[in-house]
Amino acid sequence: MNKQINRLNGGLIDHDQSLSFKFDGKRFQGHPGDTLASALLANGVRLMGRSFKYHRPRGVLTSGSEEPNALVELRSSGRQEPNTRATVAELYDGLAANSQNRWPSLERDVLSINDLFSNFLTAGFYYKTFMWPKAFWEKLYEPIIRNAAGLGSITGEDDPDVYDKGFLHCDLLVIGAGPAGLMAALTAGRAGARVILADEDFVLGGRLNAESIEVGGVAASDWAAHALAELSAMDNVRVLPRTTVIGAFDHGIYGAVERIADHLPTPASGQPRQIMWRIYSKRALLCAGATERPIAFSNNDRPGIMLAGAMRAYANRWAVRAHEQVAVFTNNDDGHRTAADLIAKGVHVTAVIDTRADAPSVDGTELFAGAQVIGSKGRLGLNSVTIRTDKGFTREIICGGLAVSGGWNPNVHLTCHQRGRPKWDEDLAAFVPGDNLPVGMTVAGAAAGAMSTYGALRTGAEGAIAALSDLDIPAGVPELPEAEDSPVKLRPFWHVSEGKGRAWIDLQNDVTVKDVKLAHQENYVSVEHLKRYTTLGMATDQGKTSNMAGLAVMAELTGKSIPETGTTIFRPPYTPMAMGALAGRAVGKHFHPVRETPSHKWAIEQGAVFTEVGDWLRAQWFPKEGETHWRQSVDREVLQTRASVGVCDVTTLGKIDVQGADAAEFLNKIYANGFAKLAVGKVRYGLMLREDGIAYDDGTAARLAEDHFVVTTTTANAVLVYRRMEFARQCLWPDLDVQLISTTEAWAQYAVAGPNSRKLLEKIVDACFDLSNEAFPFMSCAEITICEGCRARLFRISFSGELAYEIAVPTRYGDAMIRALMEAGEEFDVVPYGTEALGVMRIEKGHAAGNELNGTTTALNLGMGRMVSKKKDCIGNIMSEREGLNQPDALRLVGFKPVDPGQQVVAGGHLMKADGPVDAAHDQGYVTSAAFSPVLQSSIGIGYLKDGAERTGEVLRLANPLEGTEVKVEVVSAHFVDPDGGRQRA
Amino acid sequence: MHKLKAITPLGRTEPKTDNFTGLSITENPARALATLTARLGHETACTAQVSAFIGCDLPGPGKSVVGETYGAIWIAPSSWMIEADHTGHELIAQELKPVAGETASVVEQTDAWCRFDITGSAADDLFERLCNVDVRAMNSDTATRTTIHHIGCYLWCRKAGFEYSVLGPRSSAGSLHHALVEVAQAVCPV
Repeated sequence: MNKQINRLNGGLIDHDQSLSFKFDGKRFQGHPGDTLASALLANGVRLMGRSFKYHRPRGVLTSGSEEPNALVELRSSGRQEPNTRATVAELYDGLAANSQNRWPSLERDVLSINDLFSNFLTAGFYYKTFMWPKAFWEKLYEPIIRNAAGLGSITGEDDPDVYDKGFLHCDLLVIGAGPAGLMAALTAGRAGARVILADEDFVLGGRLNAESIEVGGVAASDWAAHALAELSAMDNVRVLPRTTVIGAFDHGIYGAVERIADHLPTPASGQPRQIMWRIYSKRALLCAGATERPIAFSNNDRPGIMLAGAMRAYANRWAVRAHEQVAVFTNNDDGHRTAADLIAKGVHVTAVIDTRADAPSVDGTELFAGAQVIGSKGRLGLNSVTIRTDKGFTREIICGGLAVSGGWNPNVHLTCHQRGRPKWDEDLAAFVPGDNLPVGMTVAGAAAGAMSTYGALRTGAEGAIAALSDLDIPAGVPELPEAEDSPVKLRPFWHVSEGKGRAWIDLQNDVTVKDVKLAHQENYVSVEHLKRYTTLGMATDQGKTSNMAGLAVMAELTGKSIPETGTTIFRPPYTPMAMGALAGRAVGKHFHPVRETPSHKWAIEQGAVFTEVGDWLRAQWFPKEGETHWRQSVDREVLQTRASVGVCDVTTLGKIDVQGADAAEFLNKIYANGFAKLAVGKVRYGLMLREDGIAYDDGTAARLAEDHFVVTTTTANAVLVYRRMEFARQCLWPDLDVQLISTTEAWAQYAVAGPNSRKLLEKIVDACFDLSNEAFPFMSCAEITICEGCRARLFRISFSGELAYEIAVPTRYGDAMIRALMEAGEEFDVVPYGTEALGVMRIEKGHAAGNELNGTTTALNLGMGRMVSKKKDCIGNIMSEREGLNQPDALRLVGFKPVDPGQQVVAGGHLMKADGPVDAAHDQGYVTSAAFSPVLQSSIGIGYLKDGAERTGEVLRLANPLEGTEVKVEVVSAHFVDPDGGRQRA
Repeated sequence: MHKLKAITPLGRTEPKTDNFTGLSITENPARALATLTARLGHETACTAQVSAFIGCDLPGPGKSVVGETYGAIWIAPSSWMIEADHTGHELIAQELKPVAGETASVVEQTDAWCRFDITGSAADDLFERLCNVDVRAMNSDTATRTTIHHIGCYLWCRKAGFEYSVLGPRSSAGSLHHALVEVAQAVCPV
């Protein structure tokens, strides 16, 4: 049995096919081409939601994306989406929606009791009501308010859908595919320009699909369909239906969300739900149309009261009447068009109430000129309205639907996204685009104030021609089809003063005329203050149907004009969008790209535990069977390395190839210490300073030839140092002959450390290369071959303090290299070690790392003051001599041991003298790095201490106020292991 | 031949190919790479000497060239990425350096990059969802630097609308491959 009691004939829906859907668990039927709102109306459902604050029953107000009332929860589980506008939810078979903001049911909502207390819940009631007692705010008021506030709910489950991002380019972006947009796209497309035509609707044509008019001698919707067919056949035109241009950004860039699968039960396999396009346009033509505005009157929020243009659209496009009996309340001729169309469709129009005394006559219904609607009746839907006639009598008009038109507002939103301000048009009594548009944007059609169909077609074509002219693309003037060209006849009328009930301005936020008056009374007269105080224009609809009335009421109260009162700032997005569309595919483990070291696969085979270092995944330690705590693994790795040999993947360290006739001079300027005299085949530790003299980064530079160095950086600063060197090369010293390029990725590099490292390498390195201490001493480097001919680079450098090397091979051989090293090292009980053991050994050796080069410390603090050569200039040289950085008691890097070996040195703790207060004024320094040394069987730390070099043996208190601990520590040398460096030179 | 066995950027012994309707994505580890950067004041000599050696003119900004043995991509002022078959030219840097002599700096880059060759009519659809390059306006034998899934890459158009190569940092080959394949599934519905 067909229960679509309000379904008419015709329209742009497929009457031959039926779609089944559910609303609040109840099953209904609709047709392809329906929205959820049109299908519900067709089934006689007027009550679709409850209002935000007072839980008043609400029905659909509009037929488009500006809808404030008919918000539903669509779908379920991870796909459940609250606040979905029923007016733009495309119907599909099996759609399931639920009303929201009600309990236990839409018809019987317990919280509608709020409406009885509306006198206490006026604008600003939060600020007035919940001020005392103060302690109640966090524990009582806020939880209650949070529980009651908000619309809709989410399940908390992960969104199972994927979202894409994309980038489009065009000569002309046409925003909106109504008559202006279609004509513009046709004009530009025929001229051969690259055109993108985007529209938020799933059937393009805008109001052409909602009106009963003709264009070019055919039904307007047919003309739109023909135009689209022509556009779709053009290779240079891209038509994007279901695509909302959400914002106008800098340099002609627009954001647009294309809904690929929102009209389907689930996206097709592999397909995204939506695509967030970034559109790079040379020119943009905004053809976004206009939004009708209501007239506020007493109890104007009952289900059944809707905008006149929407009621007309439901009848013409969706073949749905709002009710069998409707009335019209208008201040302009467009309201009469609704009456005429509905009468033509056989709907009983009981009356047209026009606020104008000189309203034009109407056929087929009774006209009340100079009258106003002063009230409405009906519990969960409209039953009748009460009017005040021009003679002063009251009369009740029976109607289940009331079409209201207060005029149309051009959709200027995108013209204001870069702080442009619209200007007032007296004839339209509306804001139109101002003069300060986003660069490259022009406006056509109703959005520009051209409110007739012909006006839209004409300005669309003219706009396209002008835009293309800027780009030197000649475009022919098209022959415009015949279309209606009626002038706008309107007398501004914002709200009815008479009436006992509240007159609603913002239906989404339950803001009334009285609330605006209260804001004015309490001196919140600026529109921005009005918005915050009353919530007018907030939430998902951003006041598209309400802002103008709010401004008009405030203007009345202040005695200013509406343009003097001004508008609030328009901001993206134009309509709500899914957070997923902003995230794209950068979610979960793909939130950022991963960098894998050459030994990654091998490390996984060893069961390595990984840590993130920037995007890199580095092996942190390699647990062995039976080890239940990371310390066991790390201690073993350290002890085994120091006792025999260990291998660590250090590929992540930055490697910068520096070549050129002036390469040495360049490095002399980059590093604080000298490099000009570094011999070929040698490596030197280098310290870079910032321009202000603070230590920036450290590493080594190896001289492979007179004009060729390889600089290593810390992992964290690899990109920054390279960028800094490029800046210096290009901008500071462009006359130097220097060429730089990163080779971090090109080489797999392993540290081989420990007393048996030479023996191990001798098994790998081809026999023609002598690794003896005499032939290849500490701080040597060479290009060699290994494993019978594979090219490699060998550096004898040590971070651990042991006899150590770093060996590099082309990355593709990195996996084979680690396997070869481990195999060759079996006889030495070789151990792989991770970043934790690396860290422990460098602390034991007293080597600085990121914790010590923390952006506040100098070479002097690091104990490297003398490295800053005074024989040459370098970045930061002069500034490092500042008096404040060179005080006699300057911080110096030293080591710390707990007096009680059972206690722990904690990094971040601050040092205080043995006696005296523990506060900032008595601060002696701080610990930067700490670890348990398996060699010393003690917790150790390094850090900065005032005049530290002279305080060896002193006992201090290491205070950790955050955790309330205090440990006595002894000042020792930072070099806990092999302080004279004998091992690394062995 | 040395004893170390190479693996591909995706960690495999053989390159990976992913096929879709109208598109294929193939890991290509078989090209050797080296950067060639002219030294200050030697730009003309460098260009002449190396162009003669590789058998084609070193390309200008935004352009690439493919010769019989060598190819080249412009990467910066007076700087190119030179490529050739890995087999036979693994030591491409050592081949070029003697040719350029003191007129240029040459750096081996073969394993700094992973390369994916993308072929098929859906290639433009793929890249417009991956990077901000106006890929539909790219001509054959052009290349540009761009970002794909936050990864700095070169996008090399070898045959407009049909044949492209993406060069990305080798360490991020897995992430780059993931991005390419995921979006390929979206633009090439089964």
